[in-house]
Amino acid sequence: MKIALDKVAKTFETFRAVRGVSLEIGSGELVALLGPSGSGKTTILRMVAGLEYADEGQIFFGDEDATDIPVRERGVGFVFQHYALFPHMTVAENIAFGMKVSKVKRERTQIDARVADLLRLVKLDGLGERFPSQISGGQRQRVALARALAVDPKVLLLDEPFGALDANVRRDLRRWLREIHDELGITTLFVTHDQEEALDLADRVVILDQGRIVQEGTPEEVCRRPGSAFVMKFLGDTNRLEGTATGGRADIGGTVIDAQDVPDGKVELLARPGDLGWRTEGGGIAADVLRVIDRPEGRRLLARTAAGDTVEIDVPADMQVRARDSGFIEVRRGNVFPA
Amino acid sequence: MKRRVLPGLPLALGFTLFYVALIVALPIGALIFKAAGLGIEDYWRIVSSPRALASYRVTLLCALGATAANLVFGLALAWVLVRYDFSGKRFVDAIVDLPFALPTAVAGIALTALFANNGWFGSALSQIGVQVVHTPLGIMIAMFFTSIPFVVRTVQPVLEDLDPALEEAAQSLGGSDGEIFRKVILPLLTPALLAGLSLSFARSLGEFGAVIFIAGNRPNSTEITALLAFIRLEEYDYAAAAAIASVLLFTAFVMLAVTNALQARALRYTTRG
Amino acid sequence: MSAASSRRKPPRVGDAPAIRRTLIGFVLLTGAFLVLAPLLVIFQQAFSFGFAHFRDTITHPDTRHAIWLTVLTALIAVPINTAFGVAAAWSVTKFDFWGKRLLIIVIEIPFSISPIVAGVAYLFVYGLQGLFGPTLQSAGVQVLFALPGIVLASMFVTAPFVARELIPLMQAQGRDLEEAATSLGASGWRTFFSVTLPNIRWALLYGVVLCNARVMGEFGAVSVVSGKIRGQTNTLPLQVELLFNDFRRSAAASAFAAASILTGLALVTIVAKVFLERRGAGRRNQRPALAAPVVAAKDPTA
Repeated sequence: MKIALDKVAKTFETFRAVRGVSLEIGSGELVALLGPSGSGKTTILRMVAGLEYADEGQIFFGDEDATDIPVRERGVGFVFQHYALFPHMTVAENIAFGMKVSKVKRERTQIDARVADLLRLVKLDGLGERFPSQISGGQRQRVALARALAVDPKVLLLDEPFGALDANVRRDLRRWLREIHDELGITTLFVTHDQEEALDLADRVVILDQGRIVQEGTPEEVCRRPGSAFVMKFLGDTNRLEGTATGGRADIGGTVIDAQDVPDGKVELLARPGDLGWRTEGGGIAADVLRVIDRPEGRRLLARTAAGDTVEIDVPADMQVRARDSGFIEVRRGNVFPA
Repeated sequence: MKRRVLPGLPLALGFTLFYVALIVALPIGALIFKAAGLGIEDYWRIVSSPRALASYRVTLLCALGATAANLVFGLALAWVLVRYDFSGKRFVDAIVDLPFALPTAVAGIALTALFANNGWFGSALSQIGVQVVHTPLGIMIAMFFTSIPFVVRTVQPVLEDLDPALEEAAQSLGGSDGEIFRKVILPLLTPALLAGLSLSFARSLGEFGAVIFIAGNRPNSTEITALLAFIRLEEYDYAAAAAIASVLLFTAFVMLAVTNALQARALRYTTRG
Repeated sequence: MSAASSRRKPPRVGDAPAIRRTLIGFVLLTGAFLVLAPLLVIFQQAFSFGFAHFRDTITHPDTRHAIWLTVLTALIAVPINTAFGVAAAWSVTKFDFWGKRLLIIVIEIPFSISPIVAGVAYLFVYGLQGLFGPTLQSAGVQVLFALPGIVLASMFVTAPFVARELIPLMQAQGRDLEEAATSLGASGWRTFFSVTLPNIRWALLYGVVLCNARVMGEFGAVSVVSGKIRGQTNTLPLQVELLFNDFRRSAAASAFAAASILTGLALVTIVAKVFLERRGAGRRNQRPALAAPVVAAKDPTA
């Protein structure tokens, strides 16, 4: 089931949460809505679900205009950030709820069988008689997903599904969600503020800021070809160096970088720590090392240029370097944007 | 030896225990002592006399009726105050506490004036043959009035704290309004509702001032147990007064235990506490 | 452009107009008949024999004495009860000791007991057939059928009021601030007045307001212990009863005139209650129950 949003907007009191968003999600795609708090991503998700009404624009499920259809008739499966499991019902009763209130009459045995199937799918066999208060956060989220899937939704919507969990649990559940998606082939839209999660999970990433889409594309596209300084900074550690552009080439502290399509004038170079290097001689941008930071993945230098910019550079773990050393920053790669 | 971090325990606890012993425990102890001193036969004769039994029946049935009425009204009131906006809501929210703040005797005479045969409501009701004063119905209304705040104020916070995501989840799963209320909302309110009802029931069992004016106090038909104890006292029949009062005391202890247990459970589904 | 553009929020359970109107109507109607009407009839009846009769009743020596006795009882009972409530709350929330839960339950007892039982119980302590009766009589000390008895019975009935407002609040606030103050050298009294009191002042005031309303309005317990001697041991509620049971045609008007004073007090109490609840006091703003354990959810990782 494909989903389309056409110029959708929503205002709360005086706050314009979503401004003119148009988006298409193909059938079976797994799409992430990524952005900082207040970017409108959750509002968009809730409008697709029918938990909020759009002030402008339309929402289509397939070819049908679903904008005015109430949530209970849209056939969506919604997974809430804090699970929203019914505390007075067992895990099995939670999962069975949608089937019991459905207009489609199902036999008791049918319902029980499906609940058992779903418990197996989410790897919670045998926990059917427990109550939500008796299981862990990660388990609760899996129950929430099973409950949403029980009603055969056309679309699966997840609101920061792993936001309330530990980092390790998040990573495991992420992998597992991808597996389930691939197995069921259901159109999925999920909201997150964690860029690692979005890039890890999604077929396509839609980046939002202040109610507008700033870029959308595959994880590779947004990472390698960020459309703006905001996207680049949001997606990962970013260093910022100033320079000037003339005729399609930018001069960054002595180093010249290709900068096609960038108008002449002041520019900023944004580069990842891994796009920069450190040399003791051979030219580049003069700088002094402030601190050497060691992590399991490698070594990182914190350095300050003559111009006063502070940058982080990934270097080999065995490089001989200490705080207060002087040297040069080598710019291997970077994205140039107008300053 | 374990040393206390904060000062003041001996003084505070000493005063507390002294006060509790003198003001609360001593009188209760004296009553129990007096009742126990009657001997099994006399005690049983008094508490199972026809008039006493009639008073238990009147008190219990009227309290049950009042509590049942409070179940419906209290739940509806809590729902309306939490979920809806309407003009005058703040006034209604405040006036709900009137039965709690108003002296019981004043409530008693006010209700009597309203439902007397020449009263605002009594005159209309008597035309359709409904008699309120001097009937169990009047007792029920008086008990209902004094326990209104108990159900509402116990259910209100729980309803306010109810996670909206639970309702949204139920809606997204396809539930209708009625199904969601029956299967999700009401079960989550039930512990608090039960706690409020038990408070209401306990209060109704012991209510005196609001009841005796409207009840008519006819032995065996509209005489509540508390009044029977009072009458025995006025007859200088201290043994009977002690016995009847001890029945009320025992019931109060039972209700206290029940209410405490229910109140502990009342909050188990809320997000806080 | 869709029709939804003018709508605000999807309807929740029970928002359908039919249900909404029915419930609001039911509630307002019942409230009007059974809560508002009693309030209005008090004032209507109070003036039903004219303003002169109202004024005469209020200023009658018996009524004036009843008012004075009620106020005096409150002036003695409420401060002592407040001190007790504070001491009890301090003991129970800042310390751990064996029997703490039992103490809390015992403090709550008067809340469930019929006021008649309270009166009868006091009779059996201080009355002639009670424990101390003969001793008191030979010592010439009058407890029952006099002010001391009325004060004591009132204190019994309202004993839990201040404590049950303070205990949940102080439990939730914990001991950190007091421990910090003590570690900096503050004495017990200093800690209480400078650290604890400012944090509990609204809840304390709330408890005092409720306690006062109940003391001044207490009827059942005081009926038993006061002897109801007109002009001497009648509190205002008892005086209302006396006037109501009079055989004269103006009985009701007199009774309601006296009752209107108590009603005015009730209205002031409600206003104070609303004011204080806005500052965070009261049962609605506290969640943990008085004697219930606080359940903390443990969340092991998957």
